[in-house]
Amino acid sequence: MVLTGTTVYAATVDLNQYFPGLNVIVALVIATCKATLVVLFFMHAYYSTKRTQLIIIAGVFWLAIMLFMTLGDYASRPWDTH
Amino acid sequence: MEQQKESATLGMWIFLATEILFFGGLFLTYTINRHTYPDIFAECSKSLDLKLGGFNTVVLIASSLTMAMSVWSAQVGKKKLVTLFLALTLLLGCVFLGVKAIEYHAKYVEHHIPGFSFEFEPGSDVATNAHAQLFFSLYFGMTGLHATHMVVGAGLLVWLIKESLKGRFTPEYNTPVENIGLYWHFVDIVWIYLFPLLYLIDRH
Repeated sequence: MVLTGTTVYAATVDLNQYFPGLNVIVALVIATCKATLVVLFFMHAYYSTKRTQLIIIAGVFWLAIMLFMTLGDYASRPWDTH
Repeated sequence: MEQQKESATLGMWIFLATEILFFGGLFLTYTINRHTYPDIFAECSKSLDLKLGGFNTVVLIASSLTMAMSVWSAQVGKKKLVTLFLALTLLLGCVFLGVKAIEYHAKYVEHHIPGFSFEFEPGSDVATNAHAQLFFSLYFGMTGLHATHMVVGAGLLVWLIKESLKGRFTPEYNTPVENIGLYWHFVDIVWIYLFPLLYLIDRH
C-alpha cells in the first residue's frame, strides 16, 4: 500500500526530466500501475470471486473498445488536416 | 448470507463499470483535442498548480488507504476503529475538496474560467483563446465531475459514520462499508489518471 505513495513521488520527479515523446507513456504506465494496485488490494479484486473479476475485466475491455475504435477512426482520416 | 454479500459486491462492480465508461468518454474527448491542439494544451497544462495537484494526489491515495483500513476493521470486528478510519477518510476527502476550491479560485482570478471574460494571457489572439477555452472547459468538466463524485462520497461517509457509531457494522454484516469503499477507491483511481493527464504530461 505504501508503494502507491512512492509511485506518486516517482511520477512527479521522473516527468520533469526530458523524455521527448515518451513521457505520456511513462505517465500512463505509472498511473496504470497505481490503479492496478488499488483495484487488486484496496478493492479486494485479488480475493474476489471469478464472476466479479469477470465484470471488472469486462468494464476495462469496453473502455478499451471505445478508446481504440474512436482513436483509430481519427487516426485514419487523411482528409481531416489539423 | 454469503451469496447476498457476493451479489452486492457484483452489483457494485457493475455500477462502477458504467462509471468507467462515463469518465472514459471524457478522457477520450480530452485525448482527441489534446492531439489536435498539442501546443496550446501544453501551455494550459503548465498553468495548473503542480504542487497543489500533487498534494491532492497524495491526500486522495491516503484517504483510500484509510478507507481500506476501515473496511478491514469492520471485517475483523473492531468497531471503534471503523468509525475512526471513516472519520479520517472524510477528513482527507474534505482536504482534497478544499484544495480544489483554492485551485478553482486561482483560475477565476486569472480569467481562466471559460466564458465572456476568458483571456488565456493578456493580448492572446482569438484562436489561442478559443483553443485554451477548450482545454479549460475539459479541465473544469473533468475535475468538476470528479469533485461532484467526491461530494457524493463525503455524504455517504457521513451516513456510514452515523451508522458505525450505532455499532451496526460487524464481521458478519459490513456490506455498506465495503461497497462505499469500492466507490471511494474508484473515485481515487479517476484522479490517478486525471492528475498526470491534466497536470504532468507537458512538464519537460
